[in-house]
Amino acid sequence: MASFLSTVPELMDAGLRGVRLPRGRALALRLGAIAAFLALWSLLSGAVVMFKLFNPIFLPGPWLVLGNVLDMAVRGQLWVHLAATLERVALGFGTGAALGVGLGLAAGHLKPVRYVVEPLVEMLRPIPPLAMLPMFIVWVGIGETSKIGFITYATFFPIFLTTVTGVRQIDPLLLRAAQSLGARGVGLFTRVILPAALPDILTGLRLGVALAFFVIVISEFIGAEHGLGYLINDGRNFFLVPQMLGAAVVLGLLGYTGNALVRLLERRLNRWQHPA
Amino acid sequence: MPPKIQIQRVGKSFGAAERATPALGEIDLDVAEREFVCLLGPSGCGKSTLLNIVAGFLAPTTGTVLVDGRPVQGPAPDRGVVFQEYALFPWLTVSGNVEFGPLLQSRPAAERRSTVERYLNLVGLSAHADKFPVQLSGGMKQRVAIARALANNPSVILMDEPFGALDAQTREVLQDELSRIQRVEHKTILFVTHSIREAVYLADRVVVMTSAPGRLKQVFPVKLPEVRDRFAPEFTQYEADITRVVREEVAKVRE
Repeated sequence: MASFLSTVPELMDAGLRGVRLPRGRALALRLGAIAAFLALWSLLSGAVVMFKLFNPIFLPGPWLVLGNVLDMAVRGQLWVHLAATLERVALGFGTGAALGVGLGLAAGHLKPVRYVVEPLVEMLRPIPPLAMLPMFIVWVGIGETSKIGFITYATFFPIFLTTVTGVRQIDPLLLRAAQSLGARGVGLFTRVILPAALPDILTGLRLGVALAFFVIVISEFIGAEHGLGYLINDGRNFFLVPQMLGAAVVLGLLGYTGNALVRLLERRLNRWQHPA
Repeated sequence: MPPKIQIQRVGKSFGAAERATPALGEIDLDVAEREFVCLLGPSGCGKSTLLNIVAGFLAPTTGTVLVDGRPVQGPAPDRGVVFQEYALFPWLTVSGNVEFGPLLQSRPAAERRSTVERYLNLVGLSAHADKFPVQLSGGMKQRVAIARALANNPSVILMDEPFGALDAQTREVLQDELSRIQRVEHKTILFVTHSIREAVYLADRVVVMTSAPGRLKQVFPVKLPEVRDRFAPEFTQYEADITRVVREEVAKVRE
């Protein structure tokens, strides 16, 4: 199935990464994979019922899970939990991102700040954030503050580290050029250091969003009355498997959307790297 | 009128006190207002070091540099710099780069627009105002860098082998353009190069430096018309005279 290439950029692209698939076929393969996964899942859960392999309550089919999500949505229950989780993620991630980018910019550019902040970060960073969750609860209780604070704590590290890396990789010549044009102090940070480090910062934000959804679930297992994590834990207590899987599916969709939003932001803000 | 740039007994050594290697001997040099001075010398003679000291990127070990009578303490917008590697801000468009200085000075938007327009026009890039640096050739990038430096209206312009990374043809085109721009703008320019031809083509004065540690070896005032002909006998005579002096220094490095 040889295909002819008609432009030099196409040829170069093909040389590096192989011939690109036609758009339609690529989409068909992607959707096909998802459809095959759902079909296999349906088949398996159907087989369990048909051949009485084990109690079918353990493995509800995808349609049952979807039905449960829709049911929760119609009855309004889903939105309450979704809003609770989103609010915690937004506040926690927002604070973590502001702290991580702010301190990261300062530590990346100013050596005294770096020498103070970096050893502390390097000391705390190897501790898995989840190991600190009980301490957060002991210190600030099981309310909202500990959940939001915990997300802030967990998301701070990747955002801080990528920001520092981004700032330290700035071509010193750019900083000299900026200073010769009159940039200093805050102006140097907002007009040169921040935009120059932005590609790395956005990578950090993407890691941070993923981590935020990762840790919120677990902190909602403990002492929460709302939230998707609570729904999963509640489902476990009352053996509502479709509810557990349904909440997980919603979390997956949220994580996917969060990642897609940051990617969209990346594409807009990094347009100068590959202008049309 | 006092000189624009006064370089007074400026020396520079690198490394710790006892094992310090001198890079620059003691240099005294004045550049007058509207004068175009080329620093010429064998590689490693410290001509770029001297330029970096005037720009304020390096502190001299001895001596001081005065610009408009004020001692240089770090980089500042009174000294515009054009680098060999262009150093454009890649996230800004061509006009964004040129607008950078006026924007920092909080100039009103209308004034900024006319400044950008004027200097892009001067370097012949008006048609590329909305492009990003990655979309430009080396010669175009250096034109943007020159426009960016001019738009900030500095007191003096320092150029560190600005055409060193360009191919021979583009290099001559840009020399022509810089010469034309200087006839319009009349800036005070300190220009580092290792090309004798380039120096004779552009400079009012060519300063030849010795091999490391660099000192002033000889100063050649170039008494040629403003618009120069690279093939005129007077031009080639200057080239030959300066080449002889530079060769002596290059030979010393080899020994």
